[in-house]
Amino acid sequence: MMTMEQVFARPKSMSKTPFHYCPGCDHGVVHRLVGECLDELEVGDKAIGVAPVGCSVFAYDYFNFDFNQAAHGRAPAVATGIKRVRPDRIVFTYQGDGDLAAIGTAEIVHAANRGEKITVIFINNAIYGMTGGQMAPTTLVGMKTATSPYGRDAQLCGNPIKVSEMLATLEAPVYVTRVAVNTPANLMKAKKALKNAFRLQKEGKGFTFVEVVSICPTNWGKSPTDAHQWLAEKMLPVFPLGTYKDTLGVDKS
Amino acid sequence: MADKVLMKGNEVIGEAAVLAGCRYYFGYPITPQSELPAYLARRLPEVEGVFLQAESEVAAINMVYGAASAGARVMTSSSSPGVSLKQEGLSYIAGAEMPCVVVNVVRGGPGLGNISPAQSDYWQATRGGGHGDYRTLVLAPNSVQEMADMTIAAFELADRFRNPVLLLVDGILGQMMEPVQLPAPTTYDINQKPWALGNPNPRKGGRNLCSTIFLDVEQLEEHNWHLYQKYQVVTDEFAKGAYKHLAVETHAVDDAEIVLVGYGIISRILKTVVEKARKRGIKAGLVRPKTLWPFPSQVLADLAAKTKQFLVVEMSCGQMVEDVKLAVDGKKPVFFFGRTGGTVPSDFEILNEVDKLVRPD
Ligand SMILES: Cc1ncc(C[n+]2csc(CCOP(=O)(O)OP(=O)(O)O)c2C)c(N)n1
Ligand code: SF4
Ligand SMILES: [Mg+2]
Repeated sequence: MMTMEQVFARPKSMSKTPFHYCPGCDHGVVHRLVGECLDELEVGDKAIGVAPVGCSVFAYDYFNFDFNQAAHGRAPAVATGIKRVRPDRIVFTYQGDGDLAAIGTAEIVHAANRGEKITVIFINNAIYGMTGGQMAPTTLVGMKTATSPYGRDAQLCGNPIKVSEMLATLEAPVYVTRVAVNTPANLMKAKKALKNAFRLQKEGKGFTFVEVVSICPTNWGKSPTDAHQWLAEKMLPVFPLGTYKDTLGVDKS
Repeated sequence: MADKVLMKGNEVIGEAAVLAGCRYYFGYPITPQSELPAYLARRLPEVEGVFLQAESEVAAINMVYGAASAGARVMTSSSSPGVSLKQEGLSYIAGAEMPCVVVNVVRGGPGLGNISPAQSDYWQATRGGGHGDYRTLVLAPNSVQEMADMTIAAFELADRFRNPVLLLVDGILGQMMEPVQLPAPTTYDINQKPWALGNPNPRKGGRNLCSTIFLDVEQLEEHNWHLYQKYQVVTDEFAKGAYKHLAVETHAVDDAEIVLVGYGIISRILKTVVEKARKRGIKAGLVRPKTLWPFPSQVLADLAAKTKQFLVVEMSCGQMVEDVKLAVDGKKPVFFFGRTGGTVPSDFEILNEVDKLVRPD
């Protein structure tokens, strides 16, 4: 008789609610990685998520633990309040690039600078997804969006903001890394980074930040495959993958 | 009961918050409320609390949102321009039904205005201030003792109704030193709220959610009517006298032919005006709303049947006067006298107005 082993299942931290994300969107993939990491670290029942507006505003539907739905850009401040009251919980924010790198710039910089013991997951898809594809602070020069129909003009709108590089200049953060989920190899690295970040928080080490260079097939007007190709060709040269700060050397261990 | 101590208004709010079990304060510097954060920066670490100076008022109120959602008794304070920035957060906090206490030591506006005492944030405080269908309870003390008592009441009301409660103070009260009797400390446990995020006790549905998003129109309508009904309960309980000590003070109104109406520091000046007017043979009385929302309308409506006229005095161009007119409902004339921009009217000026109204020749 053959014994069957289950090799793939829904992470315990995740609910049965089907994703509302567009087909092929990276949001769902990253959600799953978050769920797997929390399960593996056995902190799924201790997690508290904070989801501000953006396509992932309904993130709370897909996880089984407590959630706070925050205002646009304010998740790091809300997470600060939660973590200060409940230091034994694993508190994370899940933010888009419009959210984190435009309206919420002050909140992210200062939460990082204070060394809040939270984890920030930053989905950089170079666009405002939820509101229909407007230019984001991370939009590439020349990239066409609803509000940059002639392509982003650096003279008029500046250049894409490199958040990981910026935050890595601060003293307090213990882990700042940029990953992608466009290939199986990158996906494995992304999972390792998320797990490092959550583990560091579990150990009470300090502020951790994982930027995920992502796609928005719908607003980019590309198929998911083409979008991932475009990400590799156009986005990664501007947003190079890698760890920008690793105070405790967790990437090597 | 402890002995009376001499304390400054702004500091008393801080000590009363600690006595009420508040262990979290988030704020951003602004005059004229600076003594309050300075007091708590020193005091909260003594009781294993957290004092955190935020990067802005926007961040501060969102930290409050987070801490409140995690079950804490939490406070922020600011002055007018800073309270404007807190309105986004207040709308979320009210929408998500999270309790918190927000202190506004009001200064002159609009814009940067000045740091002198004013009452020109009445509309912002009592009408919601941020976007959406919501209300905040608003308490307006007129002495250092009341600043202590109302701070404690504010935390209790906030928890009772799961709603933000505002303490509307002016710079004079904030700076004033008076003897105050502080109450005994309350013990507060962050796990006493079953709905709080991170509460380890088992609860309905397996997990807790703090949210203001209702994409479905029917759900949002249902939520808004639910909030409305809650505000009705607040209003009814105040009207029925459940919070008598907090709602309104009347003085010499029974035979009054003119009723003066004012809150906060103005009400203390009006008391002098009433005494001086009576010495001149003018039967003046005073109504002092202590709670500005819900507004003590019934007291004014009842007096409208007895008195001849009302004079509302504010340090603004006339904001609360609208609520007085709504309460009086056209039954008697309602007049207004105001000074603004940081000027505090003298009893003499107000007495002059009373004279003109009572003896129009
Ligand atoms: C104060 C405020 N301003 C604007 C909006 C509208 N809005 C909703 S989501 C969003 C941007 C979302 O973009 P991003 O953060 O990049 O997330 P994505 O949808 O791309 O994942 C904006 C501008 C809002 N909800 N609140
Ligand atoms: S709009 Fe873009 S970011 Fe949002 S779910 Fe669709 S593909 Fe994903
Ligand atoms: Mg985006």
